[in-house]
Order: sequence, then structure tokens, then C-alpha cells
Amino acid sequence: MDSSSLIVQFGQQLINGISLGSIYALIALGYTMIYGIIRLINFAHGDIYMVGAYAGFFATTMFKFSFIPALIFSMAAAGVIGMVIERVAYRPLRNAPKIAILITAIGVSLFLEYGGMLLVSPQPRTFPVLFESEVYNIGGMVINSQQVVILVVSLLLMVILTYVVNKTKMGKAMRAVSFDTEAAQLMGIDVDKVISFTFGIGSALAAAAGVLVGIYYNSIDPLMGIMPGLKAFVAAVLGGIGSLPGAMLGGTILGIIEALVSGFWSSTFRDAVAFAILIIILLWKPAGLLGKNIREKV
Amino acid sequence: MLKTKFTKLVSIMVSGLMLAGLVAGCGGSGGQQADVIKLGANLEMTGNNATFGQSATNGAKLAIKQINAKGGVLGKQLTLVVADNKSEAAEAANAMQKLVTQDKVVAVIAPIASSSVIAAAQVNADNKVLAISPTASNPKVTVDPNTGKVRDFNFRAAFIDPFQGSVMATFAQKSLKAKTAALYIDNTSDYAKGLGQFFKETFEKNGGTIVANEAYLAKDTDFKATLTKIKSQNPDVVFVPGYYQEVGMIIKQARELGLTVPFLGGDGWDSAKLPEIGSATALNNTFFSNHYSPDDNSAAVKDFVEAYKQEYNQTPDAFAALSYDATMMVIDAMKRANSADPVKIKDELAKTKEYQAVSGLISFNASHDPVKSAVIIEMKDGKQTFKEKVNP
Repeated sequence: MDSSSLIVQFGQQLINGISLGSIYALIALGYTMIYGIIRLINFAHGDIYMVGAYAGFFATTMFKFSFIPALIFSMAAAGVIGMVIERVAYRPLRNAPKIAILITAIGVSLFLEYGGMLLVSPQPRTFPVLFESEVYNIGGMVINSQQVVILVVSLLLMVILTYVVNKTKMGKAMRAVSFDTEAAQLMGIDVDKVISFTFGIGSALAAAAGVLVGIYYNSIDPLMGIMPGLKAFVAAVLGGIGSLPGAMLGGTILGIIEALVSGFWSSTFRDAVAFAILIIILLWKPAGLLGKNIREKV
Repeated sequence: MLKTKFTKLVSIMVSGLMLAGLVAGCGGSGGQQADVIKLGANLEMTGNNATFGQSATNGAKLAIKQINAKGGVLGKQLTLVVADNKSEAAEAANAMQKLVTQDKVVAVIAPIASSSVIAAAQVNADNKVLAISPTASNPKVTVDPNTGKVRDFNFRAAFIDPFQGSVMATFAQKSLKAKTAALYIDNTSDYAKGLGQFFKETFEKNGGTIVANEAYLAKDTDFKATLTKIKSQNPDVVFVPGYYQEVGMIIKQARELGLTVPFLGGDGWDSAKLPEIGSATALNNTFFSNHYSPDDNSAAVKDFVEAYKQEYNQTPDAFAALSYDATMMVIDAMKRANSADPVKIKDELAKTKEYQAVSGLISFNASHDPVKSAVIIEMKDGKQTFKEKVNP
């Protein structure tokens, strides 16, 4: 293989990696927000992504929505479901030991997976084509319009999220609750409302990822959330759990690493490498690439 | 204090369990009524291979319905007990356990997937009940790789991987004039690995070169990285002997990347979902080997297709045909044995010679594998079309 074709191949793998990575990043944002607020690894988050994909599926097949309305519908539906889950399953355990709420999260995850199977049947569904994918060829590298849409929508949502967290009153409240829940409460912040809002936003982002994946890969099923959920968790830890830019960076890096490992080494090592990264990060830099190393308060 | 409470709890639980066991035991023996013979089906009703399992169940049900309409076997009616193995190997062993110990079936139509049949093989062998898989095509299904001996209680109605793999390799070289090929294999599936291995052997033996040997895992969704790598090797054909869900996505993504060469595969492609997932245009210029084609003109195929359409209002796929064949062969063996004793049925089934089945004339060889012909199907605008027939 000569060097120019190697460069083209490398560029192609970068494109593949970034479009995969932006999906991980969208899911990882929800993980990281929820962790930042109540120190909970929400294992049901990957399944919210599945719920979002199905909401998008029903919006497009039953109500004949086009892409943007279907995306908004699915984000709203998943946001509401995320809030309901928080209200029903997590809020009563707010003061219980951390391990109890973690196990509840696993329970919610299994509930969504197998409840979903019961409700929508376990067969994979074919996602309808919402827009024709056009293929652009740039100097031997191939990029299609769906990849562009995924990237644009992800970036847009991340920008909106950053604005909400940094510039709005609710965002200020979220940061306050994340910093010190009790002090925030004493200052008159309605902590329950803030947490509920965080779950809503996190779930809506996961749902957006679900719809994008449905369009891109064309096939959805009730267990589709397990692997991306775990990978997004790795991405969140890699970037520094609790940090929003960290989640975006972690997701993108993970996507690119996976593409490069499959492309230049061996496709069988891809998942092994992804989880090896998790272990290495936890050993060497537990706070992640962009995480702050905060000492536990005593 | 705590300790005594705990002991009490345990003793209550144990006695509860024993009672439950007693009741279940009664139910088991009472369930085997004198006027029906139970056949089991340990199939993929849900999960990744659900469309396969459902077709297979339909095929088996049709066979039983036809036999019952003619007065049943040995003066008794047949019933089919279906257990779902969720397309998972571990679940297949559980479902087998349930069928042979609780339902006390006399024979089992075993799973579709080779891995699941192999996982369950010990269970039905220990209980001396035969399992005949409609489609499992890995050699290990009927021959134990550790001892090299034939599994006494395992049969299949499909031809085996060496045949499918070498048929496709020969087809690639003779009909498509391919000199180089890439393999892209589902690493979680014994079936896919078996097909891949025999494709490689035949292809290389006849002077071809394998330029890439890649793998994916079931449930993967993104294949572009590996496909980019395959594309850079410029193969004449790509052999993807996986199952329809991933295959559909692989071919769609390959076409998007501009990989336009023919894709080849095995009977795991045979599903109406394939063109839905992969899109009809992407699937042009793809071929797979199969057990039968509904376009075949033989009398056995025509009768079966007509009866199946009448019953289910759809064209039967190969899974339905093979499961129908498997059920019919078991019933035929039962007739010849003149007994519903599981071991006697097994002995007679092994002696099957030139049985006229839907998927061709079937004889079992010494390793319980049928000797019969294969067809090659070409996908054209989302439709399966009959390309050619290959004899063993």
C-alpha cells in the first residue's frame, strides 16, 4: 500500500470514528450530567437511548412525522420518561446508601429492556428512511449526508446544552446543586426540581442519539442500548465523569480509537481496547482527561 | 437470634421447594396422556434470529397438522410443545431441559443456530431423546470435536458447512471469475466460522487468494472501519457468512463506502428482513447458498409451498421447509419403528434412506448428516431469485 492511499484510508477512518464518536458523546453527556448532580452512575441511561429510538420510530411510522419533528417528539418523550424514572425509582432513595440506588439503576435498566421486549416485541425493527443519504466523495474519502447530519445535530445539541448549563438560571442552579446539594437547598434552590430537570435533559440527549442511530444504521431492537450504554460510560470516564466537555472529548476519542483499531489492527480487538482504556484511565488518572481531582469531603 | 431466624427461614424455603418439586413431579407424569404423542420444538421465537425460529415453528406445525388430519401416528394425535430459546446458547440448554424432563417429549426439533444445538446437545443425549436441527450446519453439531465420535442423539436436516462453504467458493471462482476474496465473519457464531473456514480452504485450493480475514461480533452496528480496511485490499468478492441482521447493515454500509463488489453468504441470509435492513438497491449483486428455492419446479416443493401459503398466507422460506422436513422425517421414523419410544425413533431415523423431502432426496450418512443438493440464490431488487442448483 503506498503512502497516499494510506492517508486516504486514515482520513476515512477518522470520518468513521468521528460519526460513531459523536453518538457516544451524546449518550455520555447524560451519564456525566446525572453523575455530576447526584453522584449516580445511571445504568439505565443506555436504555433511555433505546426508548428514544423507539419513540422516534413510532413518530415516523404511525404519525408520519418528518425528521426534525420526530427528533423533537422523541426527545420530549424520553425526557418525560427520564423524569418519571427519577421520581419513581431514584427520589425515594435519595438518602439511602449509594449502593442501593446503583442497584436500583441496574433494575430500571433491566426493566426497560425486558419491559420493552414485552411491549414492542423483541424483533429488530427497520427504521424508515427519513431522508435519502447522498454520498460525497472527497479525494477518495467517502462521507455521506447522514454522517453529516449526525455530526451537525450532535454539535448543535452540545452547544445548546453548554449554553443552558453556563448561562441560564436553571444551569446556575444545576451547577450549585452539583457543587453542594445542601448549601444549594439552604439558598432556596428547589433541589428536586433541578434534579428532575437534569434527568429530563440527559434523557432527551440520549433519545436524540437513539433517533440518529436508528436513521444511520436502519435497525433498532430493545437490547440495542446495552453496548452503546457501556461504551458511553467508558467515554464519560475517559473524559472525566462530571465534566461536560470531558464527555464530548471522551466520546469522540473513543469513536476514533475504535475505528483506528478495527481499521489498522484487528476488528476483534476493538471492544477489548475500549474497555482496556477504561481500566487504564481508572488506574492512572481516575478523574479522567478533563476531570477535576476533588478530594472527598469528610 | 439472627442465626435461629435464618435457620428457620432456610428450612421453610427448603420445605417449600420440596413441596413444589412434588407438585411439579405429579404434573409431569400426569401430563403424558395416553392419546397424544408430544414432539418438542426448541426454537428461536425471540431475539436476533426470531424470524428463523418462527418460520421453523410454522413448518413443524404444518407437518403435524397434515399428519393429524390423516389420523395421526400409531393411532394417536401429535402435539407440538414449543420452548423459546431466545436465540441464546445458554437458553437453548434450559429450553431443552424443560422439554425433555417436564414435558417429556419423544423427540425435539432442535435450535436453528449451531452454537445453540451444541450447547443443548449434552442435555438431550443424557435424557436419551433425539434432537434434529432443521438448519444447524456446523460439523460439530453431529460430531463431538473432543472425542471425534458421532453424537448419537443429534441429527440435522440441512447440509453441512463444508458443503456450503465450498459451494460458494466454487461459485465465486467459476461463475464470478473471482481471483481474490475477503472474509468477514461473525466471531460469535460457530456457523459463520465453519462456513468461513471451508470457503477459505476451497478457494485457496483452487488457486485463489484470501486478501483479508476480518471479524465482527453479533449485535455490532458499525462496520465502516473494517469495511474501509477491506476496501483498501481490493478483493473481487467478499464472503460474509453471518445472519441477516448484521449482514443487512454490513452490505448497506459497504455500498455507502463505495465497495461495489459482489457479496456472498450462506443460508443465514434467508430472511424477508434482509432487504428491509440492507435496502433493495444495496443488495443487488449479492448471492447466497440455500437449501431450497420456492421457485423450484419439483412436485414436492410445489405441494409444500401451496399448503404453506394456504395455512399462513406467505411464501415459505428455507427454515420453514427444513423444519417441515425434519418433523416429517421424525414422524416417518416413528411409523417405521412402530413405537413412540424415543430410543427406537432415534434408531430408525438414523436408517433414513432416500426420503423424498421438500429440500430434495435425503439419506443420512454415518455421521447423521443428510446428503442432498444446494441452490444458489441471487438478490435482485430486494427479491430472491433462483440462480443455479449444485449437487454434492
